[in-house]
Amino acid sequence: MRKLALTMLLLLTLTGVARAGGMEDDPLLAALIVDRLEMRTADGSNPIFWDADAWIGKDLNKLWFKTEGEYRDQKIEEAEFQALYSRAVDPNWDLQAGVRRDTYQEPGMPDRNWLAVGFMGTAPYYFDVDTALFLGEDGRTSFRFKTEYEFMFTQRLVLVPEFELNAYGKNDPATRTGSGISETELGLRLRYEIRREFAPYVGINWNRLYGKTADYAKEEGADFDDVQFVIGVRLRF
Amino acid sequence: MKNPLYFPSSQLISRRRFVTGLAAGGALLGLGLSPARLLATTGSTTPMPERRGNHFTLDIAPLTVNFTGAMRTATAIGGSVPGPVLRWREGDTVTLDVTNRLAVDSSIHWHGIILPTGMDGVPEISYPGIRPGETFRYRFTVRQSGTFWYHSHSGFQEQTGMYGPIVIEPRDQEPNPCDRDYVVMLSDWTDEEPDSVYAKLKKLSHYYNFNERTVGDLIGEIREKGLARTWNDRAMWNRMRMSDRDLSDVTGYTYTYLMNGRTPSEGWTGLFKPGEKVRLRFINGSAMTFFDVRIPGLKMTVVAADGQDIQPVAVDEFRIGVAETYDVVVEPDDGAYCVFAQAIDRSGYAHGTLTPDISLKAEVPPFDPLPLLSHKDMGMRMNMGDMDGSMSMGDAGSMSMNTMDSGNGAMNAKTKRESAMPGMQPMEGADMNNTVMGAPAKGTMASMPSEGMSGLGKAGYGSNAPVVHVPTEFGPHVAMRTENPQYRLDDPGAGLRNNGRRVLCYADLRNLHPTPDPREPEREIQLHLTGNMSRYMWSINGVKYADAEPLRFRYGERLRITFVNDTMMNHPMHLHGMWSDLETGDPKAIPRKHTVIVQPGSKISYLVTADAMGSWAYHCHLLYHMAGMFRKVVVSEEGK
Ligand SMILES: [Cu+2]
Repeated sequence: MRKLALTMLLLLTLTGVARAGGMEDDPLLAALIVDRLEMRTADGSNPIFWDADAWIGKDLNKLWFKTEGEYRDQKIEEAEFQALYSRAVDPNWDLQAGVRRDTYQEPGMPDRNWLAVGFMGTAPYYFDVDTALFLGEDGRTSFRFKTEYEFMFTQRLVLVPEFELNAYGKNDPATRTGSGISETELGLRLRYEIRREFAPYVGINWNRLYGKTADYAKEEGADFDDVQFVIGVRLRF
Repeated sequence: MKNPLYFPSSQLISRRRFVTGLAAGGALLGLGLSPARLLATTGSTTPMPERRGNHFTLDIAPLTVNFTGAMRTATAIGGSVPGPVLRWREGDTVTLDVTNRLAVDSSIHWHGIILPTGMDGVPEISYPGIRPGETFRYRFTVRQSGTFWYHSHSGFQEQTGMYGPIVIEPRDQEPNPCDRDYVVMLSDWTDEEPDSVYAKLKKLSHYYNFNERTVGDLIGEIREKGLARTWNDRAMWNRMRMSDRDLSDVTGYTYTYLMNGRTPSEGWTGLFKPGEKVRLRFINGSAMTFFDVRIPGLKMTVVAADGQDIQPVAVDEFRIGVAETYDVVVEPDDGAYCVFAQAIDRSGYAHGTLTPDISLKAEVPPFDPLPLLSHKDMGMRMNMGDMDGSMSMGDAGSMSMNTMDSGNGAMNAKTKRESAMPGMQPMEGADMNNTVMGAPAKGTMASMPSEGMSGLGKAGYGSNAPVVHVPTEFGPHVAMRTENPQYRLDDPGAGLRNNGRRVLCYADLRNLHPTPDPREPEREIQLHLTGNMSRYMWSINGVKYADAEPLRFRYGERLRITFVNDTMMNHPMHLHGMWSDLETGDPKAIPRKHTVIVQPGSKISYLVTADAMGSWAYHCHLLYHMAGMFRKVVVSEEGK
């Protein structure tokens, strides 16, 4: 995995370096985009959620990292990491392929590894889309679709509706995931861009589990249909 | 966070004054008083530093400056930002010893000056550049007169202060003698490191754009036009994922606009005696900023473009692209006048005062409305009577071969007649110009004989060739290809159309002297300006400089360059070493330029006499486009 990453990095840097008057047209750059770093209202402890991307690369080829997860009661409850090779295939779309790993804090919950392939970009009418297929061990499959839209009230005050859907090919009782559509998330966040780099926000988030996934949650006495208020910050560098 | 909006701290004062000025101006209008009233202030004039003669020593060195309230290190030529005005005389041989006192390589390029390639000052093309501690001796004979400028051609040094004016006195009688003569150099300063500006644009191309379309704009539009029409109007932009507000990549959010090195809070001052004729030599030495320039209350008579005398044309306003120059003559009455240069995206301005009395200052006018790009600026086919209708967007593959009958404001009926040439088949793109493609062309058409070949339009009237999008223009690096680009010589550009003022446009430019090279073009090269704004990638024919073969001109040939702009931005294209003879309609009065704006979604043609042997740079003069939108031109006997 690390070797793969290093090889890809090397490939990225080896491309041509002809310059116009000492100017590098396509420099190697790195970016960090913490899309969400937020506290949600919940009974007892207020969990912290994150959803962040980082990349290093050039105009058309990048190494892309994604992570999201939940931190509760002083420990990381669950977390997901992806390492992807991202290649521009269209003016607005990147094809991304790599690996994903899910980890859980709870004893007895096994880690899950996946191969990932998906598209990330901007659809017509300015919908930002991130969607992928995942292939796991033992014939497990998963699908994810995320989209968001930005309503600009002013140049700095932006309302962002977001939608996410997760589906799985078969039941995975160990991680309490059921087959079919397992989960949808509908969010509405209002952010204020103090700077491009720093934008605090407030919002609401409606999380709903379906089918077997909902049943697993019910067995545990957990919420399967939950509306939470969120407060957080978006960062980008 | 002092002021979250556009204005860096030092501009706060001027902005406040600007706002009160607006209010007061409105109130005065109500009272029937002239809005061009005078404000009594104490002012001072410090003339631009100046060097004269035929031997110059110039140091390139770091200089501490403060344009925004914060100390920054600029790179300066000759000890100031801008550098000193270099005054030469036509016919003189000038020697310039330039010493690089920076820690990095540097260079000076003499913009628009016709000289031997080794003196042109472009690293890796005309010479190796000037290493730290080294002195390079430039020496050449000045074969022209007028207003020009010089700047670094190394990295982003130009952004950090390395630019200055050149004024060349003619050997013959000056056709427009004036009592006073001022250089007015416009530029853009940022406290940020240019590398960081570039990185920000690559990561988030609208980082500096705070003019984006809001929900309020949309609601206003729906109120005005109704939902259906608004939906249709917006549809193309939305499908293309393009913005009608991409006017400037870098804006007043980070830029402080300077006039002769003066910030908006100071302003530049030029004195005159009532009744005098004053010549103002406007030079746009910006890295990225187009300016709309006017002097409320004064007609400006444009007498030269890019240093070349033109038939005088009186205007109220002109747009000056990066690297262009315009000389105007004004005859102010008793009173103070504001020389107002607003950035094309209205995110800031530079200004100065023409005044008979140093204590009189003119009011700075309010900004004009934000220009909005139109379907025209996308190069879309205009369906008559269906402006709002479903403009067939044309996806990746869409292109138009049907440009032969393209109407053209500046070109006269004759052109159109000639354009309607029968039997002109669309050529495959690679054939138009095999040299750019870097691949062997099938059935090379790179040289088209003028005789018997009806493909080439007559000199002065522009191209007859079909617009062809070559295969390299397709891919993730190119977001748009124009469907139906038009000659728009009579179009002053977005934001200046029908604004109630007489605005200069390229169709107005007629050379004062007869066209020196009256030959018909022997061949034509069509170059497409391409890019992907959201990835912040720029190229020519979809090929960036790093991957491109040089363009090859045959020594002595007369050729036509036709640019097609497949982007939503203006690109000021600059050919080194040779003139760009802009085809504005009359073959006998072709204006000679060194920098030609190619408007968004348009096409434009000029003729070039390849009379300068050697290697030359050819590029977009927007500093952050340049690395990709760049070609090396090689002029040789064989032309291969
Ligand atoms: Cu450009």
